[in-house]
Order: sequence, then structure tokens, then C-alpha cells
Amino acid sequence: MGKMRNIGLFALVAVLILLTGVLQSWNSALLILNMGLVSAMMAIGVNLQWGFAGLFNVGVMGFVALGGLATVLVSMPPVHAAWRAGGLGILAALALGAGTIALAIVLVRRMRPGWLRTLVLIAVLIAGFIAYRAVFDPAVAAVERINPAGTGYLGGLGLPILLAWPVGGLLAAGVAWVIGKIALGLRSDYLAIATLGIAEIIIAVMKNEDWLARGVKNVIGLPRPVPYEITLQRDPAFVERAAALGLDPVTGSTLYVKASYSVLLVIVLLILLWLAQMALKSPWGRMMRAIRDNETAAEAMGKNVTGRHLQIFILGSVVCGIAGAIMTTLDGQLVPTTYQPLRYTFLIWVMVIVGGSGNNFGAVLGGMLVWFLWVQVEPMGALLMQGITAGLADGSALKEHLLDSTAHMRLLTMGIVLLVVLRFSPRGLIPEK
Amino acid sequence: MDFLNAIVALSNFVLVPAIAYGSQLALGALGVTLIYGILRFSNFAHGDTMAFGTMATILFTWWFQSLGISFGPLPTALLALPLGILGCMAIVLLTDRAVYRFYREQKAKPVILVIVSMGVMFIMNGLVRVIIGPDDQNFADGNRFVITARDFKQMTGLDEGLAIKTTQGITVVVAIIAVGLLFWFLNRTRTGKSMRAYSDNEDLALLSGINPERVVMITWLIVAALATVAGVLYGLDKTFKPFVYFQLLLPIFASAIVGGLGSPVGAIAGGFIIAFSEVTITYAWKKVLTYLLPEAWQPDGLVQLMSTDYKFAVSFVILLIVLLFKPTGLFKGKSV
Repeated sequence: MGKMRNIGLFALVAVLILLTGVLQSWNSALLILNMGLVSAMMAIGVNLQWGFAGLFNVGVMGFVALGGLATVLVSMPPVHAAWRAGGLGILAALALGAGTIALAIVLVRRMRPGWLRTLVLIAVLIAGFIAYRAVFDPAVAAVERINPAGTGYLGGLGLPILLAWPVGGLLAAGVAWVIGKIALGLRSDYLAIATLGIAEIIIAVMKNEDWLARGVKNVIGLPRPVPYEITLQRDPAFVERAAALGLDPVTGSTLYVKASYSVLLVIVLLILLWLAQMALKSPWGRMMRAIRDNETAAEAMGKNVTGRHLQIFILGSVVCGIAGAIMTTLDGQLVPTTYQPLRYTFLIWVMVIVGGSGNNFGAVLGGMLVWFLWVQVEPMGALLMQGITAGLADGSALKEHLLDSTAHMRLLTMGIVLLVVLRFSPRGLIPEK
Repeated sequence: MDFLNAIVALSNFVLVPAIAYGSQLALGALGVTLIYGILRFSNFAHGDTMAFGTMATILFTWWFQSLGISFGPLPTALLALPLGILGCMAIVLLTDRAVYRFYREQKAKPVILVIVSMGVMFIMNGLVRVIIGPDDQNFADGNRFVITARDFKQMTGLDEGLAIKTTQGITVVVAIIAVGLLFWFLNRTRTGKSMRAYSDNEDLALLSGINPERVVMITWLIVAALATVAGVLYGLDKTFKPFVYFQLLLPIFASAIVGGLGSPVGAIAGGFIIAFSEVTITYAWKKVLTYLLPEAWQPDGLVQLMSTDYKFAVSFVILLIVLLFKPTGLFKGKSV
């Protein structure tokens, strides 16, 4: 019974996407499918943290953005002139900064608490900061001076972009470890606030550190794991095959590229889903849920609650980082200003809660379904608003205002959906078993 | 003389803005801390509650302006403020009835309430954007300055000027009045005392016959007033933009946690700590140092520790330090 219902729900999403293909265009259908698959991955990550362990991560956007950063760092060709000008300086400065923090940590651990420790600590931090800036600033200026309109950054490693996907996960893991170390084990709200903060800061760094990934100048033209449309259009064999399917070369090539991405994404999603399912069913997964349901009891059974929380917080963030890298690969460019918390943090939360927290299939369903609605509600809202305002005179201020405001209706709708599901169906569409 | 100039420059660029900003943060943090103390969750919708109250005030301000009502040298928004507060109170009570009360009766875990407040945040954010739009709104009118830099220079004969904006003066005065009223209420009135009792020990408070729904309602009313006042003061001083109010959430939470969640005195102290750190760390000290240091030592660069783009990083780092070393905050807040 339950199984049939779940299959039915997934079939519904498939039908919705197919309908988009028939009624609008197959390009937009594939676009929705691809982003839906990426959203499903992010939802799996958040579901690991929230559904398995009850951890409230409000910084999904930050981990997704780190994945995006990884694509640039891994796949773009290195800018040799910039490396010669200041690459070593920047690396040395970063090492100095890390060394200062490490020294501070050692001091805190080794020295006895008291005013002496505080004084030494402050002195070390100030000296370290001055040294860091003294090395960092000239190096950054040198790097950013090299062809600022074209590069002005260090570039990446020039490796295949598929490698960036796991690297995105690694970057996210590093940040998650630091945040988890500090905020886990305290009140649950503190993790929420700490993740909210780190996400804002990651975005600020990506916007302002031009030497890293060109900041708001954006990195465009990321390499691709699939062929370019233009190459396909020049390939006579492909044009012939497209013609056999009744497609002109341009449409055929765009569809082919998107469909290749879909295949890649489905493979990654299935791997992640399989891993998450195995984790959920393993003794480790049962322990996680036991901790979530009663921390005190789990602690009494000798489980290290904070340690396990740290583990799963990192794992969930890794999945978000991988998904972020994949998303930037799909876009083919890194645009830091597009990272908005409402889109990349809260929308993912809506997906998890609507889909069914604690259930991986629920997360996948929620990701695909909510993404579809997110894309399609705006044109529907615009239509609705035009219907409502049809009676008003053209050019009246109220009519213009109402028509302008449809873009913001999405926020309102998402908020209402979240509250209604939480209130009346808190277990979501596919409840936890 | 150089020393006096340095002090004036310091006041002009650091002290005065930081005091104004600190007062705004303190008012915001008081709202967060009161909700935390009484309802026991971190209210993520607080930034957008501030935005909603401010929006209501702006709408009334425009209405007054269209009627030709003004407040002389002071901004018309001050006249509209009480009406804005009423608007904010209405929406806050409505959300409590429609949303939060259900979870209170269920005795839901705090983290569920946090998620619910996230949903409320979405809705308020959407409402504000639908009603007034996502763009900047400047609604300050009246005199711009209490004292301009030029007047100050003429009065004192110093090279540096000290400008105090009307909005900065108003911020401090209004904040002092609001905080004074709040503390008088909490410490002197029967209702205020019952609120504190409820915050300290819910079970004992219930035993002694305190009506919890009444306490909760009064808390929301106070929070709505504080949020509107904080939002309007911030909007007058800088500008009103819905997204900026959402971003204010981080420094506000940082202030409340640094001071100790649940502790009103802590929220005020936290607000000023965060504001002063933010302003001093992102201020370019070249000017002040040029006056103070002998010629040979004068700095070449701007002597800015961090660019203003990273001002949120400052509150965040302070937050992390407090969580690491003193998770209950400076003024012992609620348990960890």
C-alpha cells in the first residue's frame, strides 16, 4: 500500500516533467530535471543532518557555494603569470595565518587559564595578523594586477572538472569540521546561528577575494564533462542522427548535452542514495536515530553524542558540497552574487520537510517536486495575477504594483507550504519507516 | 591640538556611528532575548519582524506626508512610529495564534519552533516585498544634522569636524527611553515580575498561578514594539531594504548570545560590544594615527584591519569566541 503510493508520487513528478516537455519545450523539461536532480542531492545532504540526527543546518548555501568554488580551483587553467607574481606570497600568508591559529590553540590547551594566558594569546594573534597582512596584501595586489579584465586571479589546477565534485565535498567537509567542533555539543540553536553566519561569510569571501575566483567579476567558461553544442553541430554524423529523429541540429545538440548531464546526474544521485540508504540501515544509522530520539538515553548507553553529531554533520555537508560543485558545472560559470539564502538554504529545507524528513526517498521526491513547483509557480502566479488585475484599468499604480510583486509571491508560497506541512503532515509525503 | 583633532576624528567616524548602531542592535537583541527567555526558542523571523514594523511605519509616514503633517525638525516617521508598532503587534499576535500556539500546546522541541520561525520568516519577508517592494526606501525627513562638520569646525577652530546626524541623536534618545520603560516594566510592575518569574522557572511560575498565555501575549507585544523601534531607527539612520534586515539577524543573534541569551542587560551590552568591534575593525585608522604619531611613524596604508565587506565576519568571530570560551555569554544567560 505504502509502496504503491510512493511509486505513484515519483510517477507524478515524472508526468509533471514530461508534461513540461510536451507543453513547453523539451529543453526546459530537461533543465528542470537536471536542477531537480541536483536539488535532490542537496536534500539528501540536509536529510542526513536533520532527518538522521536532528541537526539544524541553516548554512546549506555556504557549503553549496564551496562546491562551486571547488570547480574553479580544480578545473580552470592556472594563470602562470599570476602564480609567478604572487602565488607563493599568498600561500605563505595563508600558512602564516593557519600557523598563528594553530599556535593560539596550542597556547589555550597548554597554558594555565589566567590573565597571563589571555595576554600571550592576544599578543600572538595580533603579531600573527600583522605578519599575515604584511605578506598577504602585496601578493594579492600583484596577482590582481595581472590582466584584471581577463584573469586577475590565480586560476585553478587545470584538471578535469569531474574531479572538482569530490573536491567540493572535501572543502565543505573542512569548513563543517571547524563549525561542528565549535558549535556542536551546545544548544541546538547555536549550530543554527553558527551555520547561518558561516554561510554569509563564505559568500562574502567569494565576492571580495578576487585573487581566489575573481569575486564579483565571475568566472565564466568552466570546462565541461560533456561535449559542446557547437562541436556537435559541426559533426556531420550527429547532424544526420538528429535529422533522423526529426530535430534540427541546434535543438538536437542542446538536448543531447542536457541529456548527457542528466545521465551523469542520475548516476551520482543513485550512488549517493545507495550510500545514504546503506548508512540508514546499518547499526550506525540506527545509533544515529537513537541519539536523535533520546540523547540522554543514548549517552547513558555509552554513545559519544557530540562525536557522532560531528560525524554526520560533516557527511551531510560533504553531500551539499558535491551537489554545489555539480550545480556550478551545469551552469558553466561561477557567479557569487547568485547565492541567495532563500534559494539555497531555505528552499532545500522546504524540500526535505515536504518530502519527509528521515526518509532518503522522501528527500529525493521533495527535491524534485519542490524544484518543479519553484520553477513553474512563478509563471502560474503571473497568470493568476493578470486574471485578478484584469478588471483594473491599464496603467493604474495598483495594477502595476501587483504585477511587479508576483516575483515575490514565491517566498510567501514557500513559507506557507512549509508551515502547512509542518503543522498538518509533519512526517512529510514519504514518512520515515 | 593634534591630540584634540584625533579625538574629534575618532568620535566622528567611530564613536558616534558605533553608539547609534549599538543602540539599534541592542534593541533588536532585546527582542530576541525576550522571546528566548519566555518562549524558549531562537526566533529567526526577528529580522523580518523588524522589517515588517518598519514597513508599516513607512506607510504611515507617507500617509502623514501626503496629508501635510510633519514633525518640524524631527522625522515624520517618529509620529508614525506608534501606528507602525500597532501594525507590527497585530501581525505578531496573529502569527502566534495561527502558528506558534499549536506547538506550545504540543510542547514541541525548541528546534521545531526554530524551523517554524523560519517559515514565518519566509512569509513576513514575502509580505514585505509584496507590499513595499525589495528596493531601498529612504523615509527620513526633517533636519539632517544636529550639528554639521562645518559648524563644529567654526565653533572650535579645529581641523576636524564632528557631525552628528539627527537620526543618530534620535536613535540614542529613543533607545534610552525604550530600554528605561522596558526595565521599569520588568522590575516594577506585577506583569513584568510575572514574566521574569516565568522565564526563570516555568513550573514554579505556573504553580503560583501565573497565566502562561497572558505572559506570552505580553512578551509578543513588547517584542513587536522593540522590533519596530529598532527597525525604524536603523532605517532612518541608514536605509530600509528588506534583505538588509534579514542580514541583520546575524549581528543581532551575536549580540544576544554574547550577552547571554535570556538576559536583557546582556543583550544591551552585547549590542554595543558587537557594534564597537564592527566599526573599529572596519574603520580605516590612517587619519587618527596621522594626528597621533610622530611624522616618521606615520602609516602609508589605510590601516584598516578588515574591509567593510567583512563586517559580518566580525560579529561571527566574536560569536565563535564566546561559544568557545563562555557559551552562556557574559551575563550568564540560560543553560547551554
